[in-house]
Order: sequence, then structure tokens, then C-alpha cells
Amino acid sequence: MQVLLSPQQLDLTIKRLAYQLLEDNDNLSDLVFVGIQPRGVQISNRIVDFISEISAEKPSYGLLDITFYRDDIREELHIPKETTLTQSIEGKKVILIDDVLYTGRTIRAALDALQDFGRPQKVMLCVLVNRRFNRELPIQPDFYGIAIDTTASQKVKVDIENNQVVLY
Amino acid sequence: MQLSTKHLLGIKDLLPSDISLILSTAQQFKEVLQRPIKKVPSLRDVTIVNLFYENSTRTRISFELAEKRLSADTINFAASASSVSKGETLLDTVNNILSMKVDMVVMRHSASGAPHFLSKHLPDTAIVNAGDGINEHPTQALLDAFSIIEKLGTLEGKKILLIGDIMHSRVALSNIYLLTKMGAEVMLSGPPTLMPKYMEAALGVKIEYNLKKALAWCDVANVLRIQLERQNQVLFSSLREYNRAYGVTSKLLNEIDKDIVIMHPGPINRGVEIDSDVADSANSVILKQVENGVAVRMAALYLLSGKKELSS
Repeated sequence: MQVLLSPQQLDLTIKRLAYQLLEDNDNLSDLVFVGIQPRGVQISNRIVDFISEISAEKPSYGLLDITFYRDDIREELHIPKETTLTQSIEGKKVILIDDVLYTGRTIRAALDALQDFGRPQKVMLCVLVNRRFNRELPIQPDFYGIAIDTTASQKVKVDIENNQVVLY
Repeated sequence: MQLSTKHLLGIKDLLPSDISLILSTAQQFKEVLQRPIKKVPSLRDVTIVNLFYENSTRTRISFELAEKRLSADTINFAASASSVSKGETLLDTVNNILSMKVDMVVMRHSASGAPHFLSKHLPDTAIVNAGDGINEHPTQALLDAFSIIEKLGTLEGKKILLIGDIMHSRVALSNIYLLTKMGAEVMLSGPPTLMPKYMEAALGVKIEYNLKKALAWCDVANVLRIQLERQNQVLFSSLREYNRAYGVTSKLLNEIDKDIVIMHPGPINRGVEIDSDVADSANSVILKQVENGVAVRMAALYLLSGKKELSS
């Protein structure tokens, strides 16, 4: 097992991503942050908390579960977690936040799910770990914490207990 | 995580973990029903036939809505308008429909055990019981449980009273199975002529023929309809007499002076088993039950649609 981000590095990366998101999008009221269930939520909670600290306004934030939009529904039955996207995304810039971008299928499902909530002006993707060269769909992140090269047999995990990101 | 069973034939065969899974999944589907687009694509590769041999508006529409919101294709079969009137048997009818590659069957039939019979002959097709004779009505019990939890937070330790024609009520039996499995206390009340024998010993429920005492005991009163179409003999003297002895009236509720959650599976006979002002009161969750029915049925269908063998 290899530690990709130690607790200090993880903390710095979260803060840097928060600053990047604000830097690129001047008006916070145009933005809706969406954390993807189940594991993107741990990261999005931290990013959005930090943004609340450093900006005057409270950011618009919701959680999205994409279980019903998965493309592997006949291989395995998944149980959904809660979705709390009650604010309108119509005409807003949506920032999807997930922990790891691997094949891209979760994000494809998230884009389909967002369509049923309204028509955003723009959708951007922010991930903590970009596993390059493993993509199965043409999806790339707009903001990412770290980019790594991995094989299909490896796994990347955000270890919330020990506050670090590991590869094994 | 998945259900321990391939079909939903009755609460009798479900584990408490199955019930919890269906109810928590139903919570997520309830959120879907608040979205601007109330649809998810999960069952878009599934065709479901609604095989209703008995009249129903509420249950059939609820299932049909649940199926459509899951993007499934639905076929509605009403016995009166079909070849059943030409004498076709149940098995023949269903085999014919299945030859057209239907994936799931939702069935309501006047014979107790009809869905069980079907499941033995059709092992690869998921069957959902929408009410069989005087046996069970599992999705009704599930939506009742969901509504109670929505109002009171939990089923554990809660006191639920079922009032009315217990003998002919599949809603009552499914509710008794579910509530006892999930740790609630159940009491039955109603005319003695409509109360089966040995319920206490067999099912672990209490019986109280004095409605006022029963209402004073309970947290939730689930009022059952007098089923005129199922009785061959008249088992009580008149509707008015029934209302006087066993009708849930606001006068009775005021005498008890306690907030009880009022439920009814519908359709209501206003002025018979329940008075209008009680049915429309703030403590009544009758319309919520209907709303929750769609979410609960979506959950059941979603969890049963499960894995498929990929055909060569």
C-alpha cells in the first residue's frame, strides 16, 4: 500500500481546489456544488466547508446519488443513498465533485441525473484523484487534486479514518 | 445488499432486513417524486404486466405510476376485457403473455395463493402480489409501515390497532405479519363475527372488542373497510349499527382525548367505518398513504428487478 496524499497534503489539496474553484468562477451565487454519493461527499463536504470560511456568501450545495442512472444495473443491484439537490440548477454553473475519476461512468451517470433536475448553464468536474489512462468514456476533469497512472488491478481509496489517500 | 426473495408474494416470507431495505429504498424514491422530472431510467429494459383479475383503481394506478416512473414498459390486463371470459385458465393466460417476453408480473386475484401457484410455474419471472383473496397484500402493509415511520419515527414498540372486518382482510394479515416482525405491538378490534378464532395464540396479537378501550390503548388506528363484496352472509345487522359500535367517530376520539394517527387503506365508506371529519383531520395520514404507495412500489419493483442472466 502506498500513501498518495498524507493528511497534511490532503488538507492542502482540498484548500487549493477550493481556491481554484473560486478563482475560476467570480460570482458564487451562480454556482451550485454537487457532491456525488457515496464517496465524493466526504471530499465535497470539506471543499464546501472551506469555501464557506473564505468567502462572504454561503455556497449553494447539494448531494446527488446516481444509483438509478448507472449503466451496470443488471450486473449488480446497488442501494441508493440520499439525494438532497433541492435548489434549482436551471441556468446555474454546476460543479460536480467526486473523490476518484477512473472509468468516467459515474460522471456520465451524474450528467444524466442532472438533466432530470434542469438545464444548467455549464457543468464542470472537480475530482481529488484523476486516474489517467483508465478512462472508458471521453470524460476529463476541469479541476483535480492529483493525477496518477494506475493499472486496472490497483485501487485508489480516500481513507477518511486516517485522513489520507492510498493506492493498493 | 439485496432481498432474500425472488418474488414479493407476502410479508410472511420476508425477513425484517428485507422490510428495512424496501422501506429505506422507498425513502430515496420518495425524493425522486419531488424532482422536476419524476423519472429514473432504472427499469427501462423491463416490461411489466399488471395482471388484475379483480377490480382495483387505487392499487392498479399506483403500480402503473410506479412502473412508469421507473421507465418500465407496462401492460394492463383487466380480466373482464380479456379471454378469461372465454374460459382461458390462469396458467394459459400467463404463459401466453410471457411468450411475449414480459419480465415481471404484478398480480391481483380473488383466489388466495394464486401468485404462489404462479411462482411455482414461472420460476424465472419475478411476481409481485397486489392482493390475493383473503391472504395477503404485501405492498399495502409496506406503505402503511412507511407512513407510520414517517409520522412516528419508528415501528419498534409502537401500538397499532387494526379495526374492522379482520376475517376477510388481506390488508390486516399483511400488516399483522409486518408489524410483529418489526417489533410493534398489534391489537385487533371489530365485530366478533368478523374476527377469526385463535388470532392471539397464532399471531401474537391482542384482541379488544370495546372500541373505546382499544383506541385509548393505541398510537395508530388503521381502519379497514367493510367488505360487502366478499360476504355471502350478513355478519352484522346494518351499516348504521356497525357505525354505532365500531365506527371511528370524532365524538369517540374526543372522549379519549389523545392524538392517534388515523390510517385507512381506502376506499373509505364515509359514515360507516370512519366519519368524514376524522378521515379529513390533521391526524389522518390517509392521503399520505396513497402518496407513499407509489414510492414503496417503486422500491419493491426496483429491488426485485435485480440481476438478469445475459441471454446468448
